[in-house]
Amino acid sequence: MDILDYAFMQRALLAAVLVGVTAPAIGIYLVQRRQALMGDGIGHVAMTGVGLGFLLSTSPVWMATAVSVLGAVLMELIRWYGRTRGDIALAMLFYGGMAGGVMFINLAPGGSNANLGSYLFGSLSTVSPADVRAICLLAGFVVVVTLGLRRQLFAVSQDEEFARVTGLPVRALNLLTAVTAAVTVTVAMRVVGLLLVSALMVVPVAAAQQLGRSFAATFAIAVAVGVAVTLGGTVTSYYENVPPGATIVLLTIAVFVLLTALAAPLARRRARAAAERGGAAGRGAAAGPEVACGGDPDTECVFSDTMVSGAAPGEARAGV
Amino acid sequence: MRPASTPRARERARERARQRAQEPAEGPAAADGGGDTGSTGDTGTRAPVLALRGVTAELGSRPVLHGIDLTVRRGEVVALLGANGSGKSTTLRTVIGQTPPTAGSIEIFGTPQRRFRNWARLGYVPQRTTAVSGVPATVTEVVSAGRLSRSRFGVLRGADRAAVRHALELVGMADHAQAAVGALSGGQHQRVLIARALAAEPELLIMDEPMAGVDLDSQRVLAGTLRGQVDGGASVLLVLHELGPLEPLIDRTVLLRDGRVVHDGPPSATPRP
Repeated sequence: MDILDYAFMQRALLAAVLVGVTAPAIGIYLVQRRQALMGDGIGHVAMTGVGLGFLLSTSPVWMATAVSVLGAVLMELIRWYGRTRGDIALAMLFYGGMAGGVMFINLAPGGSNANLGSYLFGSLSTVSPADVRAICLLAGFVVVVTLGLRRQLFAVSQDEEFARVTGLPVRALNLLTAVTAAVTVTVAMRVVGLLLVSALMVVPVAAAQQLGRSFAATFAIAVAVGVAVTLGGTVTSYYENVPPGATIVLLTIAVFVLLTALAAPLARRRARAAAERGGAAGRGAAAGPEVACGGDPDTECVFSDTMVSGAAPGEARAGV
Repeated sequence: MRPASTPRARERARERARQRAQEPAEGPAAADGGGDTGSTGDTGTRAPVLALRGVTAELGSRPVLHGIDLTVRRGEVVALLGANGSGKSTTLRTVIGQTPPTAGSIEIFGTPQRRFRNWARLGYVPQRTTAVSGVPATVTEVVSAGRLSRSRFGVLRGADRAAVRHALELVGMADHAQAAVGALSGGQHQRVLIARALAAEPELLIMDEPMAGVDLDSQRVLAGTLRGQVDGGASVLLVLHELGPLEPLIDRTVLLRDGRVVHDGPPSATPRP
């Protein structure tokens, strides 16, 4: 294992493991809330932070953290208050963030878009000891939040309206989710890059969904997939001299395809077992559509459908 | 919970609950007891567990509720009826704080809704959503979320797990505790949502269309569950499209039309929506 002889590879592998754990850990809540692409948006905003870091000669990692946390909070606020033009506001935030990054980095003395490249697509071999310290701290925060508050975050992500009635501080938890996602983006920035970070938040979760039956199992499988692909991708990139970020993401997608192929026979076997267990359940399912919506088939039924997908409370309300 | 297996036993239990509800109030001081959120504020009086007065609400900028007066007293089962768009669901959503009212007052257990914090006393069953969240979850995981209002810092102890199991037994879903929610039928899913509300052992149940899209087997189970809750002293406010199998349980119907109450009285006197 000559790969471990080099200090830069030790740092790279450590950073990769931390990303493999944290990205799916927060990603599962984003997927559950149907905000799978939030990580992508935060990644765009973080570019302004990287640019500012160069311009002000401070650490780009910490600057990106500050700016993306700010951006994530702004996105969450837009989700609350932006009833109709929320998507437009988000678009402006995303592309403003990206443009800001390009602008600031070119204003920085000696800066050019080339400096941005290592942040956009990741650059494991240039992870410095200071970066690793920052990544360790930030990853610790993400793990504490996603594991420590798992019941609360699960409840809020699964059914926001119900969570409110259990007395959970729904808005605070939503903000915390957004902030944690932002922190994760900056953790993953050096490993897979800002443009690919969302893949590590979403695809391992999507892969785990194919196998898991419980939330806990899905969480565990997603993290396991995350660690496996970040480690595998990093090692591959070392031996094959290919870019680590792209390798990791392609590997993740390959795992997703593999697990999906495995899941179909598994689901069939489970369905058969369920059918054998009880005819009553089967009868119930068959009788369902007949009495759907209490025999009053119009808007109210549509409403119940839109409520799930209506991520924004405003949208859901419009359905009554 | 008291076993109430025969219709006669159930009737006796209901009668006791009614008598309890009709005992005279201890005086004005007890009724206006400073917005106490504890469980001592309204014992044995006719004090309403839920009171809406002149509540108006808007969705977007469209007025939906035009001054709703609605009271649910301890031990009462009140059905909220009305055509689609009459404001039934919005009325419930003002109670749980999801749609803030633009005027009027809402009191839950005698406390103004804004200052109400003791959410474990209230169980909410939202309209069943046909699509299930993308991430798999077991029945137990979903029902455990209902217990968070009784737990501290989200830590579920042995008693909490027992309450979750008991709630599943009440709706006849104990056999499916480890099943994935996504694999359930509509009626089973509705039973899970009701178990989630019951997990906190609430005193007031608020249900939005609990019978919508529910097969007959599950309708029967749900009617039985609800009867058990009422016999145990719980109060219920539920939105219904039609009285259906729950009719014998219902003390009072409130009919909404265009955001106004047009009837508030016994189920037998309910006009057609």
